[in-house]
Amino acid sequence: MKRPTPMPASAGLSRRESFWTRIHVDPWLLVLILGLAVVDAFVLYSASGKSVGMVYRQMAYFAVGIAVMVVIAQFQPRFMQRWVPVAYVGGTLLLVAVLLFGTEAKGAQRWLTVPGVMRFQPSEILKLVMPMSVAWYLGARTLPPRFKHVVIALAIIFIPVVLILKQPDLGTSLLIAASGIFALLLAGLLLRYIIGALLLLAPAAAGMWYFVMHGYQKQRVLTFLNPESDPLGSGWNIIQSKAAIGSGGVFGKGWLQGTQSHLDFLPEGHTDFIIAVLAEEFGMVGVCLLLGVYMLLISRGLVITLQAQDAFCKLLAGSITLTFFVYVFVNIGMVSGLLPVVGVPLPFISYGGTSLITLLSGFGILMSIHTHRKWMAQSS
Amino acid sequence: MSKPIHLKDHSKDAGIVHRRLLVAAVLVLALVGALVARMYYLQVTQYEHHSTLSENNRVHVQPIPPTRGRIYDRNGEVLAENRPSYSLTITRDRVKDLPATFDLLKSLLALSDEDVEQAERRLMQARRPFESVPVMLELTQEQIARIAINQFRLPGVEVQASFVRYYPFADHFAHALGYVGRINERELKSIDTVAYAGTHYIGKTGVERYYEELLHGTVGYEEVETNARGRVLRVLSRTEPVAGKDLTLQLDANLQRVAEEALGDRRGAVVAIDPATGGVLAFVSKPGFDPNLFVTGISYADYGALRDSLDQPLFNRVLRGQYPPGSTIKPVVALSGLDSGATTRSARVYDPGFFQLPNFSHKYRNWNRSGDGWVDMSYAIARSNDTYFYDLANKMGIDKMHDYLTRFGIGQRVSIDMYEEAPGLMPSSEWKRNKYKQPWYPGETLIAGIGQGYMLATPLQLAQTMALIANHGKWHRPRLLMDAEGIPPDESDTPDDIKLRDESDWGFITQAMQDVMQSPHGTARAAAKGAEYNMAGKSGTAQVVAIAQGERYDSKSLRERHRDHALFVGFAPTEKPLIAVAALVENGESGGRVAGPVVRAVFDAWVLPRLPKPEVEITDAPQEAAP
Repeated sequence: MKRPTPMPASAGLSRRESFWTRIHVDPWLLVLILGLAVVDAFVLYSASGKSVGMVYRQMAYFAVGIAVMVVIAQFQPRFMQRWVPVAYVGGTLLLVAVLLFGTEAKGAQRWLTVPGVMRFQPSEILKLVMPMSVAWYLGARTLPPRFKHVVIALAIIFIPVVLILKQPDLGTSLLIAASGIFALLLAGLLLRYIIGALLLLAPAAAGMWYFVMHGYQKQRVLTFLNPESDPLGSGWNIIQSKAAIGSGGVFGKGWLQGTQSHLDFLPEGHTDFIIAVLAEEFGMVGVCLLLGVYMLLISRGLVITLQAQDAFCKLLAGSITLTFFVYVFVNIGMVSGLLPVVGVPLPFISYGGTSLITLLSGFGILMSIHTHRKWMAQSS
Repeated sequence: MSKPIHLKDHSKDAGIVHRRLLVAAVLVLALVGALVARMYYLQVTQYEHHSTLSENNRVHVQPIPPTRGRIYDRNGEVLAENRPSYSLTITRDRVKDLPATFDLLKSLLALSDEDVEQAERRLMQARRPFESVPVMLELTQEQIARIAINQFRLPGVEVQASFVRYYPFADHFAHALGYVGRINERELKSIDTVAYAGTHYIGKTGVERYYEELLHGTVGYEEVETNARGRVLRVLSRTEPVAGKDLTLQLDANLQRVAEEALGDRRGAVVAIDPATGGVLAFVSKPGFDPNLFVTGISYADYGALRDSLDQPLFNRVLRGQYPPGSTIKPVVALSGLDSGATTRSARVYDPGFFQLPNFSHKYRNWNRSGDGWVDMSYAIARSNDTYFYDLANKMGIDKMHDYLTRFGIGQRVSIDMYEEAPGLMPSSEWKRNKYKQPWYPGETLIAGIGQGYMLATPLQLAQTMALIANHGKWHRPRLLMDAEGIPPDESDTPDDIKLRDESDWGFITQAMQDVMQSPHGTARAAAKGAEYNMAGKSGTAQVVAIAQGERYDSKSLRERHRDHALFVGFAPTEKPLIAVAALVENGESGGRVAGPVVRAVFDAWVLPRLPKPEVEITDAPQEAAP
């Protein structure tokens, strides 16, 4: 029983809880998310070639996702904490099931089909379970984690990550690994471990490059790192998206006026590459405003992390917030040609129900952490 | 009791996390700064550049297909080349009204409904946006002119010059070379679509298929600026394609012609191997077909005719024809018998015209019903005596035979680079147990001894057994490729050489096989008549219809196609073998009389020019060299 036992809630009773706290919703996050939904409706309408149906479906996903978010926010963080081991083991078993009898599509085996009921990606579940698991494990121990605990935390991270990597789904596995590693870093992972890991990785990578990898594998890595060297494959998207973004200028061409994106130059314009449409039509101003909204969301997440009351909640909230930022950064960096192309959607803007609902579930957890606090620790 | 400690830890923990959060926040700000800087670079610094590109003009990446490697025979004769051809291409994204365009094309080029349907189907296969898809191939000059005149009414439609595969020898090398054809849906899933951007053909069979990767080359591309109508205004950058590698094959077009002529109009196969290298010198499967038909898409009628023909022109008899090897396997069985110790060179067997297993009434007949009397191994090979080999097989047992014959390549793929090769079949008691859940019967061993029963071999495998005997057991897998611009065939998987306990057994069997052709009692002495060099051979017949016990074989009563296949294998010259050959004549009945002369013709064509010339002939030579 090393887990910190919370103080009795009696102290909080004296203070009146606000309406929002009683319904366990954070108004700041909610307003920002609704704002992004409105932006999305406009951008998606343009990016989908004026498809009302697609916008309608996406808004329906938003509605479902927000409902899920509110429901999740009702659970006590302690309740989630209790179920983390079960969720982790269950999620990992589902990943094994995917590899054994998953459904294949586009060369990757990512889905589990429950005949007649539904089809889902267990890796989505891990997006939430991973930060929880690491936070659960490290939160119950003294910080900064000792070497043994770091090793176990890394094991917790890499078992599902390797399973997802085998599907293969590089983008998702990297994001999930990132969410676990963020929790580990926030837990105060000693600097010497970080440096040690980097020192170990560099020669390992060099050794792989010179002694293990074949010529064609090296070529693929190079293409991955520099997609523009492969203009017929992945570089095609980047060349076109850069032209779309660049031609937007400072103020953009105006809503529905984008040419690059509308002439089918931009494949996947409504999913992973949607920021190119926004950048073309609303210019640098539009992109900066969007980044501003993201920054507000992230700031709010960091505030929630600061005010969280135990290590589990802090690590979890911090990890969710930073992972959210990574989504934003990797997606925009990829579309603008800064980063390699990995399939990462732009949060709240890219078309797609599954990722949206997972994302909103994460914000539900943040809300839960923030609104279930006991008032005893509030000094200011 | 431990509560105070937890509280202390708790606040310390919070401090740690908060410090890390601060670092994270700074990093987040820095990275967002990087994104903003990137946007500034693209949207402000490079605005002019991108804006011009996007205003009226469009940037495109066009693939430049590599030129497919040519294929030559060993003397540099072109077996496969690329011929310029004009095709009609459509870029769907630029066509405003597709049905109207097709209507116009239909009236301009006098297309049939079927042509239009096929063109539409091809158009559906577009892989990238703005890909131009060839919908009609082999345009005539008149058709090109009609398109040119009406070009303004046909946005997105273009006439493009491209290269099309051409096989100058038409049907003569069809089975060895294979052919290329349009990439189909199934292949599209397995190929690297980037490498094949702009390429519309892929090797379907034969050498074209096996060496596809070498022949194909590396795609190039150019970044071009086009106007709204799709016309290329400016090439921004260009990366040249790398042409595919030219292949030089071991085949000899002249020897191929000789083999075909020797086979005449009959159905069959001839394959000749250079024992010293494994190089396939001739590869004939008759009847053939014109592979050029397949390149641009064969019509249903033509394909149906080829597919349904009783002569099976599409059937690759050299590689896919699996026949009971018959008596041609006897030299190998004899070697196995000697090496395994089941018999000796001089051990004799009495042949009353049949062989009987003890306690069985069934008579296993010799082809010579009156019997050859006492026979030893050498005589048994020369006379192709069945009784001797029934007896030898009985002494060895099927599993020992299986072990030996497998080392000679029976029942497995022997070639390096022949895509379609069938493995044949070398039975064993274990094989039969697995396959039929039945025990192996002694009678089945006997007929295996004369190459009948379950045993199956392709003409290529039979030629390989000869190359192995000629080469005294040294393995070189048969290969068509001699060299692909410095790349040799992949020999990494060469089987172990066959080592006999007594190496002189090779010479003994070779002599016995020479007796087949060049001794007074040899079964194929007619085929070797007047030879200027020594040759070794063995005839065989492969039964097409099993003969019931007691029934006499009457070829006249059988339809022609039920007659036995004639086989002949051999190598020459026996002292220093230059060539090993297997010939199969379907329904040819007599190995020695029908297939033997085919092998002899191939021998002569290859060996005679390579014999040391007698001094006298110099006087017949042209006098040019003399002053």
